[in-house]
Amino acid sequence: MRTRHIAVALLAAGSMALTACSAGSLGSSDSSAGGKVTLNFLVDNGAETVKIANQLAKDFAAKNPAIEIKVETRPAGTDGDNLIKTRLSTGDMSDVFEYNSGSLFQAIAPEKNLVPLDDGQNIGNLDKNFTTTVTANNKVYGVPWGGFMAGAILYNKDVYAKLGLSVPKTWDDFMANNAKIKAAGIAPVIQSYGETWTSQLFVLGDFANVLTADPQFPDQYTKNQAKYATTPAALAGFQHLQQVHDLGYQNKDYASAKVPDALRYLAQGKGANYPILSALMSELIAENPGSENKIGLFAIPGTDASQNKLTVWSPAGVYIPTTTTGAKLDAAKKFLAYIASSDGCNSQTAASTPTGPYAVKGCTVGDNVPQAVKDMQAYIDGGNSSLALEFLSPVKGPALEQICVEVGSGISKADAGAKHYDEDVKKQAQQLGLSGW
Amino acid sequence: MATTTVTRPAETLVSSAGRVRAKSPYPHWFYLPAAVIYGVLFIVPTIIAFYFSLTRWSIFDSKFIGLGNYRTFFQEPALVTSLWHTLIYAVVTSGLKVVLGLLLAMLLTSQILARGYLRSVVFFPVLVSTIGVGLTFTVLMNPEKGLINQSLSLIGIQGPGWLTDPSYALLSVALVDVWKGVGLATLIYIAGIVSIPQEYFEAARVDGAGAWENFRHIVLPLARPATVTVITLSLIGGLRSFDLIWAMTRGGPGFTSDVIASVIYKQYQAGFYGLSTAGNVVLFLVVTAIVLPLSRFLNRKEVEL
Repeated sequence: MRTRHIAVALLAAGSMALTACSAGSLGSSDSSAGGKVTLNFLVDNGAETVKIANQLAKDFAAKNPAIEIKVETRPAGTDGDNLIKTRLSTGDMSDVFEYNSGSLFQAIAPEKNLVPLDDGQNIGNLDKNFTTTVTANNKVYGVPWGGFMAGAILYNKDVYAKLGLSVPKTWDDFMANNAKIKAAGIAPVIQSYGETWTSQLFVLGDFANVLTADPQFPDQYTKNQAKYATTPAALAGFQHLQQVHDLGYQNKDYASAKVPDALRYLAQGKGANYPILSALMSELIAENPGSENKIGLFAIPGTDASQNKLTVWSPAGVYIPTTTTGAKLDAAKKFLAYIASSDGCNSQTAASTPTGPYAVKGCTVGDNVPQAVKDMQAYIDGGNSSLALEFLSPVKGPALEQICVEVGSGISKADAGAKHYDEDVKKQAQQLGLSGW
Repeated sequence: MATTTVTRPAETLVSSAGRVRAKSPYPHWFYLPAAVIYGVLFIVPTIIAFYFSLTRWSIFDSKFIGLGNYRTFFQEPALVTSLWHTLIYAVVTSGLKVVLGLLLAMLLTSQILARGYLRSVVFFPVLVSTIGVGLTFTVLMNPEKGLINQSLSLIGIQGPGWLTDPSYALLSVALVDVWKGVGLATLIYIAGIVSIPQEYFEAARVDGAGAWENFRHIVLPLARPATVTVITLSLIGGLRSFDLIWAMTRGGPGFTSDVIASVIYKQYQAGFYGLSTAGNVVLFLVVTAIVLPLSRFLNRKEVEL
């Protein structure tokens, strides 16, 4: 008698635990009722991203009345990384989702969690520079979200014109410019450590120069044979960061300023140079109307004026998780094909000013783009660009932003920062199970 | 905690009934639902956590690597400084809460105007969400636009970057923690002071004791249980503090206000799940190693008095 009671109680408690586990599937209720397929589309919560997603959903639905796209948002940055990983591992992912390409894409175990794409999704029509960043084991898993970005220096053209400065081709030219800008009472280099990720640009955006000096670096780096601290060209990024701080070239509130502050300083000419991702141009223009053609862009300069190259970030990708099946899978594939078509580009352009060239062949950004995007295009068309390290090697440490803040605030020196980062990436490499670590 | 409260009455039952277990009015299987829930939600995850701390775990799969995570964790440059920060943070917040809590409790148990109102004002910050407090103070402590530094500049003082200057960041957060937590310490002290029988004070008055003697020789020793509670609670709180620090500085600038919990969280954020689990095991051991002897020590003293 007693054992039966125990069994019943165990069963009750056990089933309680089980139902608790499946509560997460509430979101994906039966949505194919009435012959209409509804796809949940998860994007990050950036204002421009959401605008683009909604526009794409609308334009796609106009062409495919049987499919409805519902846009959902998630946090950006590391919180978003966590959310994506958790939802993938619990089989609870939205039907279609947008996420980074490159090293972060590799970290979500694409072969296990994502549906490979084929020519039905126009992947033959995509830029090679993009497809390599969403490829695992020779299979392509994503279509491009938005355009390429540059990690470069945005500068105020009015300030440059007023002080008679020209666009620097070497780091020494850049620092000479900065001396004159500071003498004129303007902050030469804007930094915004209130949002720590923005501190990394002098290091990450300098990668085209590293690659010029040492074309083998990404390979050796992945194999644990090359290090930031011991490769002079790679160490230079950290040294630049320290130099800018040591000479007092940053804006006064660099430690607490956030991106909107920094963009405002740049637009108003209170600061002259802002090393940042070119994608922030759309926010800059939206917040500071009339600044479209006042802001230019140049690559973070290295040592050799004849090898002045731009570091480029591949667009994020749109992926289908393996949990999307049946009619939803067909609809999702159609949606991806649409994103990877010129119609898809046009829809994105309609939603938000493009901040870089599209990765879909035949898509143009038009002439009506801001000056900085034209500057960027000039580098790419001239063949003077290369991908950032995170697209050439899966090894990327999570603490780089804090390390850069330390070096850029004078808490630690460039050498110590580079060494610290070399330690930091070790964890990532081991986590990915790379050989040689 | 729950186990000790459950077992204690059982032990007394055993001893008083002379090794014969008193018959419980309920059948044993009544315990089962609670035991299963406790087991599924607490004991099983704890044991599993010990296992996963020995693996390299990517959420999708895991690989057994022995003590590798612990080695990596202790090689983490931020860890040694964060251990130190954690101790500073816990001692500073705990110490200030004891001192300020006692002083405020003295004030609020004396005959002052609007006592009830003042008591609720002191307690109010305890009720506010930690994240809300953190965000509010982040705005107030902004070096250029914040209310604190703007007020200071009115009287000609150039305030520091409370949260952006590496030498102030940790202490600024600790002060906010004290502001938020001192109400609870005060409440515990008020309860302790109010429960001191009035006869002691009357006797002291007859002997000609002043306010200081009253405080030194009556309130301080007799409020000792309250002190023990406040120290234990605030020290544990300080050692595992995370939310306020994360809301205000995220361990920054750089790593200057990182504590153990924020280091662990960052490993988790980066997807190093095995490593962060190992960190949690370390945190568990550190807190136990500090608090267990401390509470033994404090409680023994209490008995000797």
